[in-house]
Amino acid sequence: MAPDDREETMTQPAIELKGISKAFGPVQANRDISIRVMPGTIHGIIGENGAGKSTLMSILYGFYKADAGEIFINGKKTEIPDSQAAIAAGIGMVFQHFKLVQNFTVLENVILGAEEGQLLKTSLSKARGVLKQLAEDYALRVDPDALIENLSVGHQQRVEILKALYRQADILILDEPTGVLTPAEADHLFRILEGLRDQGKTIILITHKLREIMEITDTVSVMRRGEMTATVKTSETSPEELAELMVGRKVLLHVDKKPAQPGKPVLEIENLRHVDSWGVERLKGISLSVRAGEILGIAGVSGNGQSELLHVLGGMTTATGTIRVNGQEIDLTGQHSDGQSRRARGIAHVPEDRHHEGLILPYTAWENLVFGYHRDPAIQKGWLMDNAGIKAEAAKKMERFDVRPPNPNLAARNFSGGNQQKIVLAREIERDPDILLVGQPTRGVDIGAIEFIHKEIIRLRDKGKAILLVSVELDEILSLSDRIAVMFDGRIMGERLPAETDQTELGLLMAGVTEKPDKPLIEAVDEQLKAKAQREARNNV
Amino acid sequence: MDLDTIIQVLDSTIRLSTPLLLACLAGLFSERAGIFDIGLEGKMLFSAFFSAAIAFTTGSVWLGLLAGMVASIALSAIHGLASITFRGNQLISGVALNFLASGLTVLVAQDWFRQGGRTPTLEGGARFEAITLPFAESLRGVPVLGPIYADLISGHSILVYVAFAMVPLTWWVLFRTRFGLRLRAVGEAPEAVDTAGVSVVGLRFAAVAICGALCGLAGAYLATGLQAGFVKEMTAGRGYIALAALIFAKWRPWYALVACLLFGLLQAIALRYQNIDLGAFVVPVQFMDALPYILTVVILAGFVGKAIPPRAGGEPYVKER
Repeated sequence: MAPDDREETMTQPAIELKGISKAFGPVQANRDISIRVMPGTIHGIIGENGAGKSTLMSILYGFYKADAGEIFINGKKTEIPDSQAAIAAGIGMVFQHFKLVQNFTVLENVILGAEEGQLLKTSLSKARGVLKQLAEDYALRVDPDALIENLSVGHQQRVEILKALYRQADILILDEPTGVLTPAEADHLFRILEGLRDQGKTIILITHKLREIMEITDTVSVMRRGEMTATVKTSETSPEELAELMVGRKVLLHVDKKPAQPGKPVLEIENLRHVDSWGVERLKGISLSVRAGEILGIAGVSGNGQSELLHVLGGMTTATGTIRVNGQEIDLTGQHSDGQSRRARGIAHVPEDRHHEGLILPYTAWENLVFGYHRDPAIQKGWLMDNAGIKAEAAKKMERFDVRPPNPNLAARNFSGGNQQKIVLAREIERDPDILLVGQPTRGVDIGAIEFIHKEIIRLRDKGKAILLVSVELDEILSLSDRIAVMFDGRIMGERLPAETDQTELGLLMAGVTEKPDKPLIEAVDEQLKAKAQREARNNV
Repeated sequence: MDLDTIIQVLDSTIRLSTPLLLACLAGLFSERAGIFDIGLEGKMLFSAFFSAAIAFTTGSVWLGLLAGMVASIALSAIHGLASITFRGNQLISGVALNFLASGLTVLVAQDWFRQGGRTPTLEGGARFEAITLPFAESLRGVPVLGPIYADLISGHSILVYVAFAMVPLTWWVLFRTRFGLRLRAVGEAPEAVDTAGVSVVGLRFAAVAICGALCGLAGAYLATGLQAGFVKEMTAGRGYIALAALIFAKWRPWYALVACLLFGLLQAIALRYQNIDLGAFVVPVQFMDALPYILTVVILAGFVGKAIPPRAGGEPYVKER
């Protein structure tokens, strides 16, 4: 399906990969991949987690050496044994996790590795000039003397882009660039990318978000299980077709659910406050209620108190205020404020951080499936645990939750992200709790598993349970929630009904903007985020 | 207390601070690059022995210094191999080297010189002699400033001046040169250095080598400047005190100078005033001797505010996708 229009065959591709293969032990991460990226275009690469997108780009950036295959840059065969060679070939990469030195200034980060001469003075003054020019050309404004740790995530990403441009990159690779951004920041990033494209730069955008592909790319390549399954023009495809190409079968992109039938309030939170170990107030008087048979979604940029809210509710930390479960107040500071007591009150918790809080990775699946409920008398045999019974029970749960492979003796770390999450969900949901706390249920989970997890959450709701969902994915919040509360800086900025709001309004609330600003949207949001970063920087001194 | 006494105590402070300062700056280079080095002690001891042994054998203190630095850098290379190349645990590697140095120096000394694990006393050209700065004698008559110049500033061995000159030099290298920028970056975010196309391994080995060289100077000063020959365990925990000073200084060169002078002063006071009579009770000599070490514990326990070590410190760098 490669596009071979006359005009495209006439110009050289900026990047051409031919027959790239790469294996890690028995795992074939990339298999005979060929791709052509035209200059001056935004080329999307989409695929599930583990489809081999990042491996492919790491080969292009010299992080890995391909087992087989050739790389052509602007028609010239190029060897890329290390990052230095990639930079020399005009390739710049913006990683998902930024590669910045936190306590260096923007300028120092930009020149690192691209200094001129032994002394810093000349490099710094030159970079200052270049940065000023780039800021004008591409609307990439960042204070050159600011420390990275004081910048918002969106600004840090701009520094990464500036780093690449300073090294005169013509080809820019961005790996999942919007994962950490607010919708407004993501929009701004897209405007920057369009500006770069219009100036003739070539951009490769790696993502698993269909919406971004449809919105900004010119061409899109789809990867599945290490293979390139298609390359199509974005204007000639649809999200449904791309999703099918990614997963290999039809998927439901929107969640099918009946309207909620909310009952009486099950979880009531009043004026909840939490101060962390640094003395910073992370929850500043939260009041919420979740009714039976309803999903309350908490939207927000990560780090605005959502994690602390889950920790307090799950009994992992203390707080002041009032929490009532089925009308009865629960202990927030005393000896009945731990996770064990919360479970006894019917609160189940699927934590945000599956690797550290949800699972014990070296333990087996069956051990993980009983953890937290292992004192239940029903699974004891005298002094000992009834391991055989627990294992049989675990096997059943794994089958019902479609955990693959369905082997209870396998260590948790050997399952993929989606299957690990299913193990945690199976443990919590199968105990039939009154309240389910779910944090980032589909972070790092592939599309097939996302669908399954969403269905399970809705099934629990339809059984009349109260569900509190925390997610940074607005799509997820919008499609799952019956009611949405937006958190910013430890406060609830407002509640909305999914049918009566949209990404833009939620995005503004997430950035702490409650009224329509007189300034352009982007600037208003930037200012808010900057103010927040500065506050945090002050708090952390 | 008269001016002479004060000058004598401060003079002694400078001498005692010198090995601490060199070791502290050695640790600073290594730890700023992300390699924790608990083996400063062992490297100093190694250098102290080899510098004294070679200085005695050849009669040249300069050859002794060279031998001490080579020996210390050799230990650094082992530490680098274990913790950079093979990504081992940096603390364990450092502790192992300390044990190695502690045992090996005495063993070799006994086999070589047959004097119970020490070197013979160094004399003449086998020791670093005090340098008299220009006009020291003629300015001695000037009130206050004269004695300070003649007795406090003048009259130390060359390594003392080298140590104090290393402070601004270290600052300049770290904060004004390309090498320094990269060195600090590799201790904070090695992945940033790696993706910028600079070798993490190369930078860290360079830092460890500088650390070895400076420890070599410190050890050589102990055996051929401060004292006249090597004796068993002569470093007496100075490597650990230097580490404490490094934390106290929050990994900054000028603060390191202040911290090392403070520890040096405590040692000087303990040396001069054996029992301090406060009227109501007498502070025993044992307490004064223990004071630098007690202060070390207090500092390490975090009583001097929050000291944030380099973020990537102690962590071997593994490339990730």
